[in-house]
Amino acid sequence: MTASTTEFGRPQADQKTVPRSRIGVPRLPVSIWLSGLVVLFFAIAAIDPSLLSTHSAFETDLLNTLSPPSVGHLLGTDDIGRDLYSRIVWGTRQSLLIGLGAMAVALFGALVLGFTAALGPKWIAGPLHRLLEILLPFPILLLALLFVALLGPSATSLLISVGIGTTAGYARLIRAQALKVRKSGYVEAALALGHSERTIFRQHIAPNAFRPLVALVTLGIGQSVVWASGLSFLGLGVAPPSPEWGALLEAGKASITVAWWLEIFPGIAIVLVALSFTQIGRYVQDRSEGNLQ
Amino acid sequence: MTSPLSLVGEASEATGLRPSFAARLRPVLIRLAAAIFVLWGAVTVTFIALSVLPGDRATIILNITSGQAIARTPAELTPINRAYGFDQPMVEQYARYIGGLLHGDFGTSYELQRPVAKIIGEQIGPTFTLAISALVLAWIFAVPWTLLTAGQGRRLGSFGSAAETITAGLPHYWVGILLLIVFAITLGWFPVIGGTSFMNTVLPTITLALPLAGFLGQSIRGEFDRTMREPFVLSARTRGMSAAGVRARHVLRHALIPAITLSGWAIGSLLSGAVLVETVFARPGLGSVLVSAVSDKDFPLVSGIVILNAFLYVVINLVVDLIYRLVDPRLRGTA
Repeated sequence: MTASTTEFGRPQADQKTVPRSRIGVPRLPVSIWLSGLVVLFFAIAAIDPSLLSTHSAFETDLLNTLSPPSVGHLLGTDDIGRDLYSRIVWGTRQSLLIGLGAMAVALFGALVLGFTAALGPKWIAGPLHRLLEILLPFPILLLALLFVALLGPSATSLLISVGIGTTAGYARLIRAQALKVRKSGYVEAALALGHSERTIFRQHIAPNAFRPLVALVTLGIGQSVVWASGLSFLGLGVAPPSPEWGALLEAGKASITVAWWLEIFPGIAIVLVALSFTQIGRYVQDRSEGNLQ
Repeated sequence: MTSPLSLVGEASEATGLRPSFAARLRPVLIRLAAAIFVLWGAVTVTFIALSVLPGDRATIILNITSGQAIARTPAELTPINRAYGFDQPMVEQYARYIGGLLHGDFGTSYELQRPVAKIIGEQIGPTFTLAISALVLAWIFAVPWTLLTAGQGRRLGSFGSAAETITAGLPHYWVGILLLIVFAITLGWFPVIGGTSFMNTVLPTITLALPLAGFLGQSIRGEFDRTMREPFVLSARTRGMSAAGVRARHVLRHALIPAITLSGWAIGSLLSGAVLVETVFARPGLGSVLVSAVSDKDFPLVSGIVILNAFLYVVINLVVDLIYRLVDPRLRGTA
C-alpha cells in the first residue's frame, strides 16, 4: 500500500542522465544493442548478399519445392524450389534502397516545404501552410496509391510515391520545429546583435531544427520500408520474380495454405527492420529531448 | 480578433458569465469554413494531380476498354476526347468536375463504364463496417491495457509500453497473414475464403485494430503518466479515495482526451488500412476495387475513393471537434 501511496503526487524522478561506463562509452539499453545488430545484419546483406546467403536468389532446387524450413534450406523453399532465406537476403538491398530513397525524397521535399512555410515571406508561407493542412486528410497509403496510378507500378515509382505520400507529415513537423526555434531567445539575441538573416539561419535555426530530424529520419526509414513492401504486396510495386520483400509476400500468397513459411519469414524481415529503426529513432529522440531540457 | 463577436466572448469570459450564443457559434462557424476549405483543397489537389499526369487519358480509356496496350491514332482519340471533355480548357474541365461533385457525380469509371458513385456505394458497406468495428475493438484493447499497466511503477509501465511499440509498428498486412495462418488455416476456427459474414469479419477486424490499439495505448499512457502528477490526484487521495478509484474515475478520463482526437485522425488511415487488410483476407469491399483501379489507371474511380476518404476524414474530425466543445467547458468561446 505504501508503495502505491507514495506514487501519487510524487514529483517525477530526476532527469535521466545517460549512464556511461568507465571508459566513456554510453551504456546503451539492450533493445538498442539488438536493434543495432539487426540493422548491421541487413546492412551487410544489402552491401554484399553473398556473404550471408547460402544459395543464389534464383537457383531452383526442383527436388525440394515447397519444402519446410530444414538444414539444407534454412527458411524453406518456394513453389519452384528457390531457397527462401537466400531470397530474403538478396532482396534486402532493393527493399532498403526503396525505403531509403523514399525517405530521401520525403526529407528533401519536407525540408524545402517546411522551412519555406515557417520562414519564407508571407505571401508564400501562408498558402504553403494551407497546402500542408489540405494534405492532412490524405492517408499516406491513398496518396501513394494515387501516384502509383499516375506513374505505373515499378521500383522507381514506388520510391517516389511513398516519398511524396510521407512528405506532408514531415514538412509539418519541420515547420513547427523551425517556428519554435525562430521564436526562441537565442535567435532574438542574435537578431539584436545585428547578425544577418543568412547567418542566423545557418548558425542557429538550421542546426537546432535539424537535431530532431535525426530521430525523425531513423523512424521514417523503417516506416518507408513498411509502406513500400505493402504496395508491392498489393501487386502495385516491384513484381514477383524479384526477391524484394513485399514481392516475396505477394508471390507466397498463392501457396499460403500449404507453405506458411513463405508468408511468415519475409514479414519477419520487414517487421524486424521497422522495429529496429523505430527503437533506435525513439532512443535518439529521447536522448536529444533530454539533452535539450 | 477585433470583431464585436470576439469582444463579447472575451468580456463574458472576464466577468465569468456564460458566453453569449453568438460568441459560442462563431468558433463553430470558423471550423466549418475551415473544413469546407480543406475539402475544396483536397478536391483541387486531386484534380491537378490527375490532369498533369504523364500519358494521354484518351489512350488510357481506349486501351482499358479494349484490353490492349497500343498507341492510338488521332482519328481514334478525337471522339473520346470530345466525349469526356478533354478537348476543353482546363478551367472549364475543373468547373465541370467541381459542379459534378456538388451533385454527387464522381464521374464514370474508365474500365467499368459505370458511375463511380454507384460503384463506391455498392462496395463501401463492408469496408465501413470493418473500419468502425476495428476502431471500437482498438479502444476495447487499449483502455484496460493502459489502465492496468500505466502509472503503476516503472517495470509494469515499460512492459506495457514495449508491447504498444511493437503492436503499433506491425504492418497491417503481416498481422493479417499471421492471424490467417494461425486461426483460419492451422486451427480452422475461421473461414479461409473471404466474405462479409460475422465469422469472416472477426480476423480482419482484429488485424486492423491491433496496430491502432498500440497507437491509442501510447497516447493514453503518456497522458495518464502526466495526469498522475496533477495536484487533483493527490487531493483525491487525501480525501480517502482508493488508488484504483482515482485511476479509473479521475486519471483515465483526462488520459482519454488525446486518444479521442487520435481516433478522429485514425478514421482516414483505418479506411485506407482496410484496403490492405481486405486484400489479405480476399474480403469484398473498396480495397479490391481500389487496387484494380490503381493498376488499370482508372483515374475517376481512384480519385473518387480518395476524395470520399478525405470527405469522411474532414466530417468526422469536425464532429469530434464539436463534441469536444460540448464535453470540455474550457474550450467554449475559443476559436
